[in-house]
Amino acid sequence: MQRYSLLSLARNALTYHQGWERAWRSPPLRDSYDVIVIGAGGHGLATAYYLAKNHGLTNVAVLERGWLGGGNVARNTVTIRSNYMRDASIPFFVKSVELYEGLTRDVNFNMMHSKRTMIDVIQTYPGLRDRRRRQLVMDLYGSTYEQITVPELRKRIPALTGGGRDSRLPIVAGMVHTEAAVNRHDAVAWGYARAADAMGVEIHQNTGVTSITRGSDGSVTGVETLRGRIAAKKVAVAVSGHTTTLTETAGLALPLRTINLSAFVSEPVRPLVDVIVNCPDLGVYFSQSDKGEMVIGGATDLGQSFRRDIKQHVFEDAVVAMLELFPSFKRLKLLRQWGGHLDIAHDASPIVSKTDVAGLYVTAGWWGGYKAIPAGGFTLAHLIANDAPHPLIDKFGLDRFRHLEFVSETGTTTAR
Amino acid sequence: MITCPFCGPRSETEFTYAGPEMGRRPADASGGSDEEWAEALTVPPNPVGPVVEHWRHGKGCGAWVTITRDTRTHEVLEPGDDG
Amino acid sequence: MTDNSPRLPQGGRIDRSRVLRFTFNDRAYQGFEGDTLASALLANGVHLIGRSFKYHRPRGVFSAGVEEPGALVELEGDDASGNRPVTTVRLTDGLVARSVNCWPSPKFDLGAATQLVARMLPAGFYYKTFMWPDWRIFEPAIRRAAGMAGAPAKPPETGRFETRNAHTDVLVAGAGPAGLMAAYVAAKAGARVLLADDRAEPGGSLLDRRLTVNGGPAGDWAATLWADLAEMSEVTVLRDTTVWAYREHNLLILNQRNPDRPGLIERTWRVRAKQTVLATGATERMMVFPGNDRPGVMLASGVQAYLNRYAVRPGKRAVILTNNDSAYQAAADMGAAGIELAAIIDTREAVSDACREQVPGVEIWAGAHVVDTLGRQRLTGVVTSQITTPIPCDLLAVSGGWSPNVHLHSQARGTLRWDPDSVAFVPEATVQPSHSAGAANGQLTLPEALASGAAQGVAAAEAAGFTPNPPPLPAAEEAPYTVEPFWAPPKMKPGAKAFVDLQNDVTAADIALALREGYDSVEHVKRYTTGGMGLDQGKTGNVNIIGLVAHAQGRAVGDVGTTTFRSPYTPVSFGSLAGQREGSVVLPYRHTPLTDWNHAQGAFMYEAGARWRRPGYFPRDGETFQETVNREALAVREGVGVYDGSPLGTFELKGRDTDRFLDLIYTNTFSTLKDGAGRYGIMLSEDGLILDDGVSFRLGQSRWLMSTSTGHADAVHHHMERLRRYDRPDWHVQVTNVTSQWANATVCGPKARDVMQALGTDLDLSREALPFMHLAEGMVAGLLARVIRVSFTGEISFEINVRPRDLPTLWERILEAGAPFGIQPVGSEANHVLRVEKGFLSLGHEVDGTVDPFDLGMGWIVSKKKPDFIGKRAMEIRRSAGGPRWELVGLLPEDVQDSIPEGAPLTPDGAKVPSEGFVSACVFSVVHNRWVALGLLQDGRARIGHGAHVRLRDRVIGVQVVAPCFHDPDGERLRG
Repeated sequence: MQRYSLLSLARNALTYHQGWERAWRSPPLRDSYDVIVIGAGGHGLATAYYLAKNHGLTNVAVLERGWLGGGNVARNTVTIRSNYMRDASIPFFVKSVELYEGLTRDVNFNMMHSKRTMIDVIQTYPGLRDRRRRQLVMDLYGSTYEQITVPELRKRIPALTGGGRDSRLPIVAGMVHTEAAVNRHDAVAWGYARAADAMGVEIHQNTGVTSITRGSDGSVTGVETLRGRIAAKKVAVAVSGHTTTLTETAGLALPLRTINLSAFVSEPVRPLVDVIVNCPDLGVYFSQSDKGEMVIGGATDLGQSFRRDIKQHVFEDAVVAMLELFPSFKRLKLLRQWGGHLDIAHDASPIVSKTDVAGLYVTAGWWGGYKAIPAGGFTLAHLIANDAPHPLIDKFGLDRFRHLEFVSETGTTTAR
Repeated sequence: MITCPFCGPRSETEFTYAGPEMGRRPADASGGSDEEWAEALTVPPNPVGPVVEHWRHGKGCGAWVTITRDTRTHEVLEPGDDG
Repeated sequence: MTDNSPRLPQGGRIDRSRVLRFTFNDRAYQGFEGDTLASALLANGVHLIGRSFKYHRPRGVFSAGVEEPGALVELEGDDASGNRPVTTVRLTDGLVARSVNCWPSPKFDLGAATQLVARMLPAGFYYKTFMWPDWRIFEPAIRRAAGMAGAPAKPPETGRFETRNAHTDVLVAGAGPAGLMAAYVAAKAGARVLLADDRAEPGGSLLDRRLTVNGGPAGDWAATLWADLAEMSEVTVLRDTTVWAYREHNLLILNQRNPDRPGLIERTWRVRAKQTVLATGATERMMVFPGNDRPGVMLASGVQAYLNRYAVRPGKRAVILTNNDSAYQAAADMGAAGIELAAIIDTREAVSDACREQVPGVEIWAGAHVVDTLGRQRLTGVVTSQITTPIPCDLLAVSGGWSPNVHLHSQARGTLRWDPDSVAFVPEATVQPSHSAGAANGQLTLPEALASGAAQGVAAAEAAGFTPNPPPLPAAEEAPYTVEPFWAPPKMKPGAKAFVDLQNDVTAADIALALREGYDSVEHVKRYTTGGMGLDQGKTGNVNIIGLVAHAQGRAVGDVGTTTFRSPYTPVSFGSLAGQREGSVVLPYRHTPLTDWNHAQGAFMYEAGARWRRPGYFPRDGETFQETVNREALAVREGVGVYDGSPLGTFELKGRDTDRFLDLIYTNTFSTLKDGAGRYGIMLSEDGLILDDGVSFRLGQSRWLMSTSTGHADAVHHHMERLRRYDRPDWHVQVTNVTSQWANATVCGPKARDVMQALGTDLDLSREALPFMHLAEGMVAGLLARVIRVSFTGEISFEINVRPRDLPTLWERILEAGAPFGIQPVGSEANHVLRVEKGFLSLGHEVDGTVDPFDLGMGWIVSKKKPDFIGKRAMEIRRSAGGPRWELVGLLPEDVQDSIPEGAPLTPDGAKVPSEGFVSACVFSVVHNRWVALGLLQDGRARIGHGAHVRLRDRVIGVQVVAPCFHDPDGERLRG
């Protein structure tokens, strides 16, 4: 792999950058691999990378219907954090944050990981109680979450001028999550792809998988693609939003529904907000990118959808929520908006699991799955290599739906 | 736009989404295997195409509407006629 | 006016009688009504407007419209907003504008030092460096460099935004020739028409050009037709209004600036259209060649607009560079305005006579192109492929062909087709009921546009159910349009700066680098180079990028495809999106009739679930929070208290199957209850987890009163309705939400009955006549009331339900009657203490979406006799798996003065290991004078009598595990 550094950049500048090599190859498609990963999004590429790096499995093909890195990794709000409530979730996300922090140097590709800190703007006492419960459990895993007062909060975020004492929802406190970060989403896909490729993994774009094939004993034999049949004893599905479409071809019914999550950015403006701002009581969050754009998320629509679109009322709700706390943004302009598919499980927690079909693995149910890419890939690679789950995903298996033992991160903030 | 059986075509914002049709709850809770029960409870239909789903005119007259909606286009293929 | 003035002595659509003063970078200038900031600056000879994003290269006015990539300013004062293309800022008197992206000034910009190291900064350079030691070291400097203008510091001080909904038969986007025709035809057919145009004046490109319609100036024709339309009762015409989003179900979103209403800044229109006509015109493309970013390089259509619309001459001596015919018309206009035409460089080998005839005597170099430009902050000459001597000039008008504005068509999920003849992506198939017309559909000449507009107007009106009778087409002529692709000069020097994106400083070399490195997809190219990702979203440059990619890959342009067209078409303010929605309009309050009284008492009010505002506690002077809560709680334990229980969800259920309906939704049995008797019950979700708890009373045969928690009232209602409608549609049950039909004051404490007697009632409230969990109706304090004996505090309680309007009176009388007994109003905080002392469960505390009744030690509430209830099977399946469960227990901190934070984890031996439970609530018990807690602990019931450990960050709190009830475990007091 050609090394990226200030020095190599300077050296290549002399030749007007004619000497840069391809970041990944475009090899011919073979008819058999040890492992096929379907989907060259964040999770698929990370899985391939860790298969090669941690388990020495390099006879691996990543098959992508469209372009590499074109999944949800191409359309999200790049928020990385580990402030969860359950023991089943926190260590997984702590691991993911940790992997992200070292990723730039691991793969020699600058992800621009920026440990910005996330500050929650808390506007109800039940909300505060929920957050403090998280704080106390997160302490067990070394993930930080600190309560700050309203004056401190306003000092850290001067643009936060709404939510005063006489407002509809006065701010009651702030919660500071120091490990939270943002980075460059495309770089995550490209960095993993380049590093995986360098270890021998093949990435095949424009290679849509139409079905998963099974042998007479029921186990996986490979996949059928638009470019022909490819054999593999192990197949992993990492195609957020489209999981059930593929697993159905293997005769599996999974507890997933596909929905659309959307986000939007403002015009770029000079640095105004340093931290990631999260407003759980109003349901909106944002951060300011290095380019100056406010990257805003929170517009959710629970209806099933395979349309990458934004509904006007869902979007307006998020804007209204943001303006409640940041009224000066009324003059700020919307630049771009987009949506992406994700599949949400019955309990809204992730699935990284073996399936009833031997040799078929699935990673799905990611809501906010961007932050989970490194640990998701890390643990799925472990699962594929060992055919046994890594302890971090012990509770994320499909068998939990059989026993109705859910991982519930939601539904805790009601008051009598 | 969703057509309420009482109020006619109304904006989606007036309705509460109530999920896809999952089949009527069996009259006998002891029937079927545990696996079947768990699957019926947790596995929804997730078609790339028409899905039958329930909405309630929550900010209107309160009526329930069952519609068939295409998940690719959000087009309502069959407006509900149940009250 | 001297001959040297850029402002032409006559012509244009400006009002020379109205002089407007404005300031740019602290210098004062003058312009006219009808000017944009761009035309006014050019009229004052100002060409350098700002600096580019990455290299801080000088940027001048490049276009005359919304496609402007380079010339951005920020406005100050009341209009304060950033990143405004000068071409879209209407000049007003007193306008104050400032350059962006440069310091201290655009002429002397320190950031321009970036250009010295530009060679080190190819596309994506940041992915390759700044890795060591950490990106955070470099980020602050990068961040300081980021962002164009400053963010607005304040919301608008005066003025407001609003949103309006509208329905129409035909929405026409764009009032150029095609749009006007379409609107006219549809309106004449009787259709309701909404015509919106994003410029200040109707006419579209007609305003910028010298064309005739029906023998007169085309602009006049447009104005007349617009006025005619405005007169028609079923037609709405909106100027300064951008159709910026095309949503599903033919919902279109419009942004109207300068609406004609005092105090209104902008208005958002949500328009449901039966049919749409997209007549959004076309945008001229830039051409790619080294130095194509120098101020003085301008789109030919932009030059034309400045000459004809604003009477401004953007240069004295011009070279024209083109790959198509339309630039000849621009050249003719330039010649007519007195601009010396040095040469026309046409990249095509053959130039038609039709072109040549428009510019007699002008030198035309066919098969040539521009290889470089000269000048620093303003163009001084161009170097062509023909001769090495530069051609001196101060204006280079470029035309790279035209791109139909297909944004709305694409947003509506319509498909595009690459048309090699017009070298453009044009609409192919539509998905929603829309019709592209005129230049937006690839019909680029005026006669074609008029015909296309009329035809699509007919189509739209017919599809909307009308029978149009189209008028004859107006007479118009325009030379035909032909074009040949020219994506970039064949050989460029390494390091040449030939831009494809003037705002983000993306060059053809960057595109080549991206492809060289394997970023093959056009989406990769866009993302890797950031080409087309600026404020202008690449309106003038994106097709060139696609062309370059296709050329480099040897593929057809259509196979490379476009990137996604995302809304908005042009940026829109967030304020306009929110409209009037602010404050309590966003989240409506729910009030009880006592809100005013609570405020008057100085109660601490807060949001307490389901949008209810409730009193947390009633502080008295000199009290600490804890003292207040203790006082209120103690009043209930030892004397009497009263609280407002109105927010509890209240439902009336009726119908002959209601008995079995209740037996289905509760885990325990209700159908056996007698009239007037009630029972506490738990509802599960179908997942077998607790959904809600509450009480239901039988009011009569098949008639019940149900009370739910406050926070889950809506969810329970939905749950019941759904069950009734879909799972048991044949059962006769009606559910009516009567939460706001009843308000209640609950009198509780050992002296509650004394207060009731003092209040005066015709009811017999003795233990025998009205036992616990019974209700009675009668008069209380002279008011018609329903008295219910429930208890959420563990003390004897009378819940007095009255009409909401009577509650303030009732409340007053209770306080009067209770005064001798020391009655005190009790807030939510004291109620919390009371229920924890009793071990009553609370949603959001113990019940957090993971527990079933057995976990809470309430197996007694789960009927063993009933064959079925909601959640039964799921609970059985879960419990049969035999996994460990967290069970409700009481917890006593070893140190009585030690309180435990709510939510704190319990861990084995207090180690920092995965938790085995948590503290759900911890209160200071007024009964025991110590802190007591409830919690869920793994296998907790079996551990009663043993110790457990709460793990905090820095310490461990030892606790004694006890039964989860600290007061009157047998319930003697509440039954009293």
